[in-house]
Amino acid sequence: MTSPGLEHILFISAALFFIGMYGFFTRRNLITMLMSIELILNSVNLNFIAFNKYVWPDKMDGLFFTLFIIAIAAAEAAVAIAIIINLYRSHQSVDVESAKNLKY
Amino acid sequence: MNNLSYIALIPLLPLAGFVLLGLLGKKYFGKAAGIIGTLFLFISAALAFYTAYQYFSSGFNGVYQPVIAFKYTWLQFSENLSIDMGLYLDSISMMMIVVVTLISLMVHIYSLGYMKREERFSTYYAYLGLFTFSMLGLVLSSNIFQIYMFWELVGVSSYLLIGFYYDKPSAVAACKKAFIVTRFADLGFLIGILVLSYVSGSLDFNTMIQTLTQPESSTLKTAVASSFLGVSAVTWGGLLIFMGGAGKSAMFPLHIWLPDAMEGPTPVSALIHAATMVVAGVYLVARLFPIFAITTPVVLEVIGWVGAISAVIAAIIACTQTDIKRVLAYSTMSQIGFMMFALGVSKYGGEAGLGFTASMFHLFTHAMFKALLFLGAGAVIHYVHSNEMKDMGGLRKSMPITHITFLIACLAIAGFPFLSGFFSKEEILLAACQHNAAIYWIALFTSGLTAFYMFRLYFSIFWNREHLTHSEIQTHKKSEGPFVMMLPLIILAIGAAAAGYIPFGKYVSTDGRPLESHFDLSFSILPVVLGIAGIVSAWIMYKKQNPLPDKLSSSFGALYKASYHKFYIDEIYLFITKKVIFNLIGRPAAWFDKNVVDGMVNLTGNATQWLSGRIKKFQSGKLQSYTLLYLMAAVVMAAIIIYVWK
Repeated sequence: MTSPGLEHILFISAALFFIGMYGFFTRRNLITMLMSIELILNSVNLNFIAFNKYVWPDKMDGLFFTLFIIAIAAAEAAVAIAIIINLYRSHQSVDVESAKNLKY
Repeated sequence: MNNLSYIALIPLLPLAGFVLLGLLGKKYFGKAAGIIGTLFLFISAALAFYTAYQYFSSGFNGVYQPVIAFKYTWLQFSENLSIDMGLYLDSISMMMIVVVTLISLMVHIYSLGYMKREERFSTYYAYLGLFTFSMLGLVLSSNIFQIYMFWELVGVSSYLLIGFYYDKPSAVAACKKAFIVTRFADLGFLIGILVLSYVSGSLDFNTMIQTLTQPESSTLKTAVASSFLGVSAVTWGGLLIFMGGAGKSAMFPLHIWLPDAMEGPTPVSALIHAATMVVAGVYLVARLFPIFAITTPVVLEVIGWVGAISAVIAAIIACTQTDIKRVLAYSTMSQIGFMMFALGVSKYGGEAGLGFTASMFHLFTHAMFKALLFLGAGAVIHYVHSNEMKDMGGLRKSMPITHITFLIACLAIAGFPFLSGFFSKEEILLAACQHNAAIYWIALFTSGLTAFYMFRLYFSIFWNREHLTHSEIQTHKKSEGPFVMMLPLIILAIGAAAAGYIPFGKYVSTDGRPLESHFDLSFSILPVVLGIAGIVSAWIMYKKQNPLPDKLSSSFGALYKASYHKFYIDEIYLFITKKVIFNLIGRPAAWFDKNVVDGMVNLTGNATQWLSGRIKKFQSGKLQSYTLLYLMAAVVMAAIIIYVWK
């Protein structure tokens, strides 16, 4: 068994990214959409780690970026969930279709 | 004469009165407003007299030098070009502040009685203060732009005072007319200022006169060389400035506002439309006289002829009017015409400058007797409650003081020997005789007419009818007016009688050197005989009611009718403005505005609306379609960066 190469990891991260993208575009439930965004973010994280390990093994930049992204994702999730709760309170639904009051 | 800044108080005190009475008068002062305004003006007048006395007694070293008492640079444009606020003291401005404060004080006192019953009594005094401030500022200006500002201020106060009875439609129309006509003339004045300041490079009177009167200076040579329509720039500047002066001084053909301005309260007519503001044009020409006389004799010629024509036309019209204030208005216009052509026939310096001195002299004496005539007319109107001559007559017994003072004023204006008007008018005629024979004959004819129409007025008011109707006797029992109204009449009558004995030539002349005025009695015979002939013919026609005036007027026929209708000048103006300008310029401009200008604006609006209707569909409110668009854009950008840009 050989250890996985860079391309394997990039493949997984690309798959995660597009799964997240697909979920984001097809789902109507805002919670699910939020989860899809997390998938996209994590695919980016995976990219950072992979490049850090295979291309510049003696540097730490990629790891730090990943840590920042995780922190920001947490904050973003908190904000997003707050928005979703408020939306639910006013529209009695978390369907993204119902939240279109801001159109022209 | 060390510290002269106190002179600034002379114009500022009336201003303080205006602010105080204008802001608080109605609420707090009520009837005391008149006393307060008068008090302010009394101090100002006392200061003015003191200043003039100082100037004429101690400033004398053979030449009266102009003194700049106070100067504050207000707007600096370049090194030489600035708008200053200053006080310019020379012989004519000294004379003017005496005239303005004296007449204004008389009018203030007179109005205490005349305007007593007015509801807007304090507003009236506030306006009077504003006017006096502006007029004093005007005569003391050291800078041509400063004079322009005060010029407009007197215009505004005149507007306010003509329209004082704002519930009377005729007064409203008159004040609008006065404002618009003078404003139109002031447009010329402004352009003239700009032209002259451009060629001379300065707005200051002293510098301007200096640069524009030295024939060898290079600035003047270029200014004379640059021409427009074959007339040099300096001449244009002078003509345009004179246009401003002609508008304010009611010279033909810009005189149409003056008779209508009589809609204002009578004391105001005395102050503004007889003694002070209307002579501002004469003052302006006198102020810039060296430029006119040395550099642009053509303009001076024009001034002379405009003055002479105005004088004779106004005198002819005055003979047929029946409203006593209108007669006086036309007489004012005629007398200002005298002052104008006296300037026009004058030359600069020495003996040839007699016309200048005569003009200023006449301005001085005219202020006295014309203010007196108006105040007297005001007393008569106050008494009979009418402006029309036919409602008057036989008033000499019931109004003795008014009668005597009015008679003195009439004799003075008619040039009766040894009253003030005699001296100044003789001097004007002498100047005209020396330099321009045609104008001299016109002036002689006009002075005969003056005597006639003034005594027509006098006899119609005070004699004419002996037998009064019962109701008239009832009204005539009351007194002729309170003491405050009689006092100014008496003071002014003394002035009108005695002002001629001031050796005016000693103080006021073109170059500041005293001018020996010598009277040639043989020269005076002709004008005096003509004047007396005028008086006698008025006596024959109007002393008693008789059919002679009617017969005479019908024998003159067309001329009488034309004169009665003021030579149809108002109608000509109406035709030009209403028919020609309105139809040829106004209507097409309105069409252009409605269709082209508005059309462009509407087009822009409609196009924007249509476009936004098209693109607003993008704002669907669907979160996922926004994201999809964003993603697609990101892909496209990435592709561009990767493949095209490299």
